[in-house]
Amino acid sequence: MNLDYLFDAAHWEFGTSGSIPQLLLSHLWYVVLALAIGTVIALPIGLYIGHTGRGSFIAINAGNAGRSLPTLGLLMLMVTLLGLGLLPVLIALTVLVIPPILTSAYAGLRSLDQRVVDAARGVGMRPWQVLTRVELPMALPVLMSGFRSAALQVVATATVAAAVGLGGLGRLLIDGLAVNDYSRVLAGAIVVAVLAVLLDLVLAFAQRWIVSPGLRVSR
Amino acid sequence: MMRFGRFTAVTAALALTVALTACGADEDPLANDNGGGSAAPGTITIGSANFAESELLAEIYSQAIEAKGVQVKRQFNIGARELYLKALQDGSIDLLPEYNGALLSALTPGGAPEGVSKPEDVLGALKKVLPAGTEVLEQSPAEDKDTLTVTQETATKYSLKSIEDLKPVAKDLVIGAGPEWQERYQGLKGLEAVYGVKFKEFKPLDAGGPLTVNALVKGQIQVGNIFSTDSSITVNKFVVLEDPKSLYLAENIIPLIRTTANNPTVSGALNAVSAKLTTENLTTTLAKVQVDKQDTASVAKAWLTENGLV
Repeated sequence: MNLDYLFDAAHWEFGTSGSIPQLLLSHLWYVVLALAIGTVIALPIGLYIGHTGRGSFIAINAGNAGRSLPTLGLLMLMVTLLGLGLLPVLIALTVLVIPPILTSAYAGLRSLDQRVVDAARGVGMRPWQVLTRVELPMALPVLMSGFRSAALQVVATATVAAAVGLGGLGRLLIDGLAVNDYSRVLAGAIVVAVLAVLLDLVLAFAQRWIVSPGLRVSR
Repeated sequence: MMRFGRFTAVTAALALTVALTACGADEDPLANDNGGGSAAPGTITIGSANFAESELLAEIYSQAIEAKGVQVKRQFNIGARELYLKALQDGSIDLLPEYNGALLSALTPGGAPEGVSKPEDVLGALKKVLPAGTEVLEQSPAEDKDTLTVTQETATKYSLKSIEDLKPVAKDLVIGAGPEWQERYQGLKGLEAVYGVKFKEFKPLDAGGPLTVNALVKGQIQVGNIFSTDSSITVNKFVVLEDPKSLYLAENIIPLIRTTANNPTVSGALNAVSAKLTTENLTTTLAKVQVDKQDTASVAKAWLTENGLV
């Protein structure tokens, strides 16, 4: 096992199909799509449950159930039902990102000092204003940690797309295994790991930027 | 106080690591209870890969050897070839069913050489690359090999009988196969070189597994790589295209055994099995396991009884 595949310049040429940059781009595309869809679904539900306190039973159980579903198994089931394509992959990955976002949105709002929320109501804010101007900004650090954990999981797991004929960095793993090219498998594993760390760094900077400076002191 | 706390934690963590490493160090999950190697003297440990046909064949081998009064230990379902070959070399298992072509490709750097595809040629090439301390017995005429398979409708629409008929129409067809097909000669390269067949698109799926079958049935691929003994071919009335120029490697079933475990009783029993095994009777027997969901042990027993081997 060696690093030949990773450091071979021919595998980094952007134009050739199946080169590392192209696989990286398609991988990121699956990750971004899954995170976007997952956020659109999970964030409103999590915020609603956290804000109203209603249905927390659902939040906790849906979260735990989602976490326990094996992505590869779910993907195979979806492919059997829907056929090949991007849709089954997106469904499987979205199911993976929903639980951390949902539970962190819920937990972020629940963990707030209720006196602050009361004070917001006391100065005459409407429920929507309480949510968007007080609860959401203050819950952002917890929410962002949930989002980051979802992003890390989906970067690593998006490799399953290659198991059903799509692209992404999983191609290096699956094709490498299929032709006994362990140098390629190693390259895939390293690129995925580096991508996960870089993405987490980007999100960490984003978090610093969007979280109110007033909250930083207490953390 | 703080410093003491951290020191204690580090010490505890170190102690735990040492303790865990100590118990994990010489534990091989494949090793037997009495410390690796074969179990009782004279016992043969039989392994298999992690798919139904390999397990069925290993069970047939087991019962055939047991019928000769030899003790057998079953260690089936070991996963990928890399794993079970390692287990065979370190003596965790003594015997398992193999396929001559696939084994040759796995043992040859860069895959099986071009032009070597007929059963005798493959066996000859294979004997040269076998790992030290292992040998193969007689190969059976039964083959579980790569095929290009299409649905009945596709076959009728383009009047396809053999791979040669694909040449004029392949530009409109999508092929699905294991990812290795993109690179190895007995895949897309050979199809183009030997038959002049070039497909519109290649979809890397599983090697002859449920994904390929499903995509074929749903029409997302028109041509699929399915193995010749797969019961999905008869279940779905698929048409297997002939390979008149022998592009695909022979995949005769062959017992791979540790030299130390081989003796006339064992080889006699296994060679008798190989002689009776055919692609047809293996296909129907495997269908009893895969389609009718019968128990592997009783299916193996029935096959051995039918062929007068027990």
